[in-house]
Amino acid sequence: MNSIFSGTRLRDMIRSIRACKTAAEERGVVRKECADIRASINENDPHDRHRNLAKLMFIHMLGYPTHFGQMECLKLIASPGFPEKRIGYLGLMLLLDERQEVLMLVTNSLKQDLNHTNQYVVGLALCALGNICSAEMARDLAPEVERLIQFRDPNIRKKAALCSTRIVRKVPDLAENFINAASSLLKEKHHGVLITGVQLCYELCTINDEALEYFRKKCTEGLIKTLRDITNSAYQPEYDVAGITDPFLHIRLLKLLRVLGHGDADASDLMTDILAQVATKTESNKNAGNAVLYECVETIMAIEDTSSLRVLAINILGRFLSNRDNNIRYVALNMLMKAIAFDDQAVQRHRVTILECVKDPDASIRKRALELVSLLVNENNVKQLTKELIDYLEISDEDFKEDLSAKICSIVEKFSPEKIWYIDQMLKVLSEAGKFVKDDVWHALIVVISNASELHGYTVRALYKAVLTYSEQETLVRVAIWCIGEYGDLLVNNVGMLGIEDPITVTESDAVDVVEDAITRHNSDMTTKAMALVALLKLSSRFPSISERIKDIIVKQKGSLLLEMQQRAIEFNSIVDRHKNIRWSSLVERMPVLDEATFNVRRAGSLPASVSTMAKPSVSIPNGVAAAPLVDLLDLGSDDIMAAPSSSGADFLQDLLGVDLGSSSAQSGATPGPKAGADLLMDILSIGTPSPAQNNTSSIDLLSTAGINNNPSNALDTLSSPAPPHIATTASAGGMFDLLDGLSPSPSKEATNGPAYPPIVAYESSTLKIEFTFSKPSGNPQETNVQATFINLSPNTFTDFIFQAAVPKFLQLHLDPASSNTLPASGNITQNLRVTNSQHGKKSLVMRMRIGYKLNGKDVLEEGQINNFPRGL
Amino acid sequence: QIHFVLLVSRQGKVRLTKWYSPYTQKERSKVIRELSGVILNRGPKLCNFVEWRGYKVVYKRYASLYFCMCIDAEDNELEVLEIIHHYVEILDRYFGSVCELDLIFNFHKAYYILDELLIAGEIQESSKKTVARIISAQDQMVEAAKEEAGSISYIIAQAS
Repeated sequence: MNSIFSGTRLRDMIRSIRACKTAAEERGVVRKECADIRASINENDPHDRHRNLAKLMFIHMLGYPTHFGQMECLKLIASPGFPEKRIGYLGLMLLLDERQEVLMLVTNSLKQDLNHTNQYVVGLALCALGNICSAEMARDLAPEVERLIQFRDPNIRKKAALCSTRIVRKVPDLAENFINAASSLLKEKHHGVLITGVQLCYELCTINDEALEYFRKKCTEGLIKTLRDITNSAYQPEYDVAGITDPFLHIRLLKLLRVLGHGDADASDLMTDILAQVATKTESNKNAGNAVLYECVETIMAIEDTSSLRVLAINILGRFLSNRDNNIRYVALNMLMKAIAFDDQAVQRHRVTILECVKDPDASIRKRALELVSLLVNENNVKQLTKELIDYLEISDEDFKEDLSAKICSIVEKFSPEKIWYIDQMLKVLSEAGKFVKDDVWHALIVVISNASELHGYTVRALYKAVLTYSEQETLVRVAIWCIGEYGDLLVNNVGMLGIEDPITVTESDAVDVVEDAITRHNSDMTTKAMALVALLKLSSRFPSISERIKDIIVKQKGSLLLEMQQRAIEFNSIVDRHKNIRWSSLVERMPVLDEATFNVRRAGSLPASVSTMAKPSVSIPNGVAAAPLVDLLDLGSDDIMAAPSSSGADFLQDLLGVDLGSSSAQSGATPGPKAGADLLMDILSIGTPSPAQNNTSSIDLLSTAGINNNPSNALDTLSSPAPPHIATTASAGGMFDLLDGLSPSPSKEATNGPAYPPIVAYESSTLKIEFTFSKPSGNPQETNVQATFINLSPNTFTDFIFQAAVPKFLQLHLDPASSNTLPASGNITQNLRVTNSQHGKKSLVMRMRIGYKLNGKDVLEEGQINNFPRGL
Repeated sequence: QIHFVLLVSRQGKVRLTKWYSPYTQKERSKVIRELSGVILNRGPKLCNFVEWRGYKVVYKRYASLYFCMCIDAEDNELEVLEIIHHYVEILDRYFGSVCELDLIFNFHKAYYILDELLIAGEIQESSKKTVARIISAQDQMVEAAKEEAGSISYIIAQAS
């Protein structure tokens, strides 16, 4: 209409854009058009607005920015003519969304148009409001809309009903205002009004319990009648879709009945007949009929138990599942997942068909089917289902392998009847899809293998065979080299052969080949290479005859571009060199059985790091650090390396490598970091290089440690150890000490039970011993209750006994009175202390103390500093 | 609830977008890019549903155009196929065997018709006849206004 004005017409613009050969050309045309439109907007000629906005909408659809046209929409909406309002509202809905502030400016125009005399203008306003209104607009205009639900023209009534749907979604508080108006719509004959009215009631029922009760009481029977009428109605060309009268209305009625019947036996009872009728009479050869059946089945499954109906529903789903139409099969799979909840057996009957769907060429169907299969697995069918899935894994698309292998792993882990089966299946998965397997899965596999001592030989041989064929599967390679490192001797000697195995001949050199291959392959990642290096170190002791060759492989890694590898290579090389001088073989002994419980807890919880440091068992006795851990290191075999708490898969890996992540944090006292590996290596190295004793304090402390260490096993180790204390070096003390944490026998228990603090011996002299036990009041991590027990080691009674203590500023100390001030020979008294640590988590407790008492009438004074509080208090 | 409606050509050109849930302009273009990539690359004879970001997208191809509607995971996909078909039939009646070019040059008409079919992402009218009647009543109002404007400008032109 605007052809007589300046600028191109909409049609011409679309043509010239379509004529563009390149994206750059198109951008040029659009830029020019936008410039023209901006200029025209600035001239503010009302005649051009209509066309400008139409052009802008087209440009918007092409993906160009058009925000400068937003105000034009508002102007068009505010103009009196219908054509302007029509395009203005269209532009508003297209160019703006409900979060834009500009939208608020239109509220007033909307209000006027909702009261307009022309019903089509009212319709435009309702439509815009229903599509993009914000919560504020909903509140402002709700009364207008509510009134329009009763409007004389059905076109307005239905629009007002859907507009109300949006309003109550945005502002649920308004729901009750609409209940009456909505229920009046249910009596309508006009299908549009009825459909929208039912929709509004459904919305109200899901938002507001009062509405639900109201509609359940007042409308259930009416709705059932309406549904019966349209189900039985004669052919109506206006509403007929493939032989069904108004499937849209059918579906909405069934949906509303669903919420009314759910949780209410009486209402459910009322609708049984009509649901049975719909379920049996609806034509299922066309999509429209199936859409109605779908909704009917959903309703049957949701309402209160009517078992005969459920049989019908399951039968419909069975028919759907065998349908040739992919769409129908897809929805069948989807709904069978819900059906499992009430009739597992019925769904199990379709297992074979469902399993076929896992192999469907259609990704959407495969995904649904896989979900469903994993719900169908139980102890009885796990072997068969797993076999099917693994067989399919071999031939499935690459992009489906990730989902599929993850599901298989979770099924196998959950339902595995025995370890050997679990190991077998996991090896198959790793062989076929090892590169898709997540870390926690192969970590779990290693834990299981470690715990299945009777299968070590079998497993390492199976892995050896698998890795020869599937060397490109990274995680398979990792598990294989770990096992070869640990159980290499079982591999070459065919130890622990099971009846089902064929003997294989593997030389020591063959075994090393596999590891060498992994470490030299250019596409092995850092983790694999690091694991290979550790495996080599272990093999050098398992296979002394070829330790020179192993050493050569290790030495080559000195040239690695990865710092970590370089450093380890140097250190390991040094260990291999010097191994004849020390009892080093225990250093590379087979890793102790990994603790499944700890691993599972850690895997499930992925505990935050802070928690795990808290849980870290602390036997830290800074005074007496050095000896015990060293002894433990040399006596490695008996303890549980896995117990060192850490929080993630990565940490776990570090553990596998024999590295305690925590060590760096302890060593530096503050910063936990992933570079811990190196620290540990440092520690190992320093053992291999015995340096002369040089530190007086450390040896003195060593002696005292033996005396006061209250951890019996450590004390025992210390006492029984042949290790001369002079090995201690100050440089390595901290790190080695932390190894102790990882190695002490009980930490796994503590890791799972949360923080528990071992008692300490705070002070000991020839006459007096002080023990502290700790407890934490719940709710305040900063506070610690300490019970001090004073034990008289002398044959005489102490009188006027007094205990005094001082703490640094970041602590607050409160002392309760002691139980007595007389300490009889070999007797004890107790006293409670309460310490508040304002730097909890950052600093440990520390305390100076002074004890005064009279012995045989003479004043005795003893003093000391307590540094060996458990960490984390 | 339908969250958005999308018409994309086989070449990936957007022919219509309608948003019933809040998406910023940036999200909108991302959604369009992502979905047209997935849907245009799906082979024939596969099912018409794509699972996407926890939602389901129901799509159907008519000639060179893909009609897509995004719904909640628990909604009735089969019904949405019917809604799409319903819309296509109304377009077909309105334009007289509709083709992509009709929807390019008269994109606003396609929107007007959609607005008579869906509000707030819910179906509004199950009768194609009723939709056609309401649309033509409004088209007539626009024509009448045009004529009026035309005649006035004609008069002004005559007078000057």
